[in-house]
Amino acid sequence: MTPLSITHPLGDWIRQQLPSPFAAIANGLIAVIAIAMLVVVTAIFLVWLERKVCARFQARLGPTRVGPFGLLQPVADAIKLLMKENIRPRTVDQLAYFLAPLLPITGSFLVLIVIPFDHNLQVLDPDAGIVYVTAVSGMGILGVLIGGWGSNNKYSLLGSMRAGAQLFSYELSMVLCMLLIVMASGTASLRNIVLSQQGTILDWWIFKLPVAGLVAFLLFIVSSTAELNRGPLDLSEAEQELTGGFHTEYTGISFSMFFLAEFVNMFAAAGLGATLFLGGFLAPQIGWHPVDQLLAFIPGFIWFAAKAYFLIFLYMWTRWTFPRLRIDHLLSLEWKFLLPASLANLLLAATLVLFKWVIP
Amino acid sequence: MISLNRFAGSVSALLKGLGVTLNYIVHPKRVVTREYPENRETLTFPERFRGQVVMPHDENNDHNCTACTLCEKACPNGSISILTTKNIASKRVLGQFVYRLSSCTLCNLCIEACPFDAIRMGHGFEMAGYTREELDLILNKKEGR
Ligand code: SF4
Ligand code: SF4
Repeated sequence: MTPLSITHPLGDWIRQQLPSPFAAIANGLIAVIAIAMLVVVTAIFLVWLERKVCARFQARLGPTRVGPFGLLQPVADAIKLLMKENIRPRTVDQLAYFLAPLLPITGSFLVLIVIPFDHNLQVLDPDAGIVYVTAVSGMGILGVLIGGWGSNNKYSLLGSMRAGAQLFSYELSMVLCMLLIVMASGTASLRNIVLSQQGTILDWWIFKLPVAGLVAFLLFIVSSTAELNRGPLDLSEAEQELTGGFHTEYTGISFSMFFLAEFVNMFAAAGLGATLFLGGFLAPQIGWHPVDQLLAFIPGFIWFAAKAYFLIFLYMWTRWTFPRLRIDHLLSLEWKFLLPASLANLLLAATLVLFKWVIP
Repeated sequence: MISLNRFAGSVSALLKGLGVTLNYIVHPKRVVTREYPENRETLTFPERFRGQVVMPHDENNDHNCTACTLCEKACPNGSISILTTKNIASKRVLGQFVYRLSSCTLCNLCIEACPFDAIRMGHGFEMAGYTREELDLILNKKEGR
């Protein structure tokens, strides 16, 4: 079955119209603009969703006034943030201070580039996609560290140091979980990882590796929550202790860049989780032909979005349920529990893969 | 090393918490938010809602206040002034219960202080006025008992 795609005809048409180097540039530009649009729309939508979901978890209604269901509330917020004065405290390090807000959003932008949204809806598919993702997602940490250092404020510095310690630690178990999938699927390209999960729901890596897949998925959720700086592991912000942590000194558009990046990052991490564990853009097949055909008829990017938003719901659910951890508890959770657990899980998965004890 | 038992306990506690919040999100009826200006006609109040202080009167327009001034002393903001007068039997009775809504924080202390249940927290809450004097209220409808 050739998958439905609108991007191929568009790319071919541009290749016909323009000579070769320009066509490549034009196609690349279109892809970049598409991703940029996705970043903006996702960020705005997720801000709304977060507020709504949070409100409902707390038996409130959330925004209802601006637009239908309060949908235009984040737009109004964005306008407000853009109109605000961008204050620069006198003692900050100018370069670091203004560079820092750009880094996290760039990082999540670069991650989104390699995420396969559909069969033919992926800007780039490097062979070492996983390695690329871990490399560029480090940019967010860099932004937080530089921002905290450049702000020349004790709260910012403390927050960013905490963030650094936390993010570097949790990166370990997150990468180990990804490594497990790379080992099981035999490829590090995100597209091929998705394609390695073809079949029924039981062929998704979360179920296909008995126990190990599920454990890896849970570890991934916990460590990516820490990576995303979201509650209950949002130690670097901890507004009650650190008056906002690394973004204490930021206002207006610089602050909104950090804010935006947080939400886009969440989408990127959820997309990554869906790709690695939940079969990415593949339709969930239950093994009963008539239903399967119906499900396969729905385009892949909708399945991708559904899975990603399911994970986003998980992130929000845990954020608005659990209280924040203390910094030492957080670090001992990683080093004394998550890291050994993910190493043991990796070993278990290796055994399973070696003896081919996977669900057929 | 954390024991396995404690670990299981923690996990079940976490799941219980998740269950509580999930319960909220799947039951839209449990939302407590009231959308005020729209539902002004149908607004209902919980029993213990604390609006402005009122003095209940019975069918003869009598109230329970004995002008003991305990509420006046209890009020942290000095929002209450009990102006007393003498009735024909030369007994000290309430002349005017002056209640300055503008400085009242609706804290309920005066109600707790009153030994005769003469005042209670009402449900009035639309308290805006154009002058401060509008918020100086006399709660009793007639003097004495
Ligand atoms: S409610 Fe509190 S502030 Fe208001 S009158 Fe009574 S004691 Fe004073
Ligand atoms: S309202 Fe109650 S406390 Fe206040 S003066 Fe009257 S009887 Fe005393």
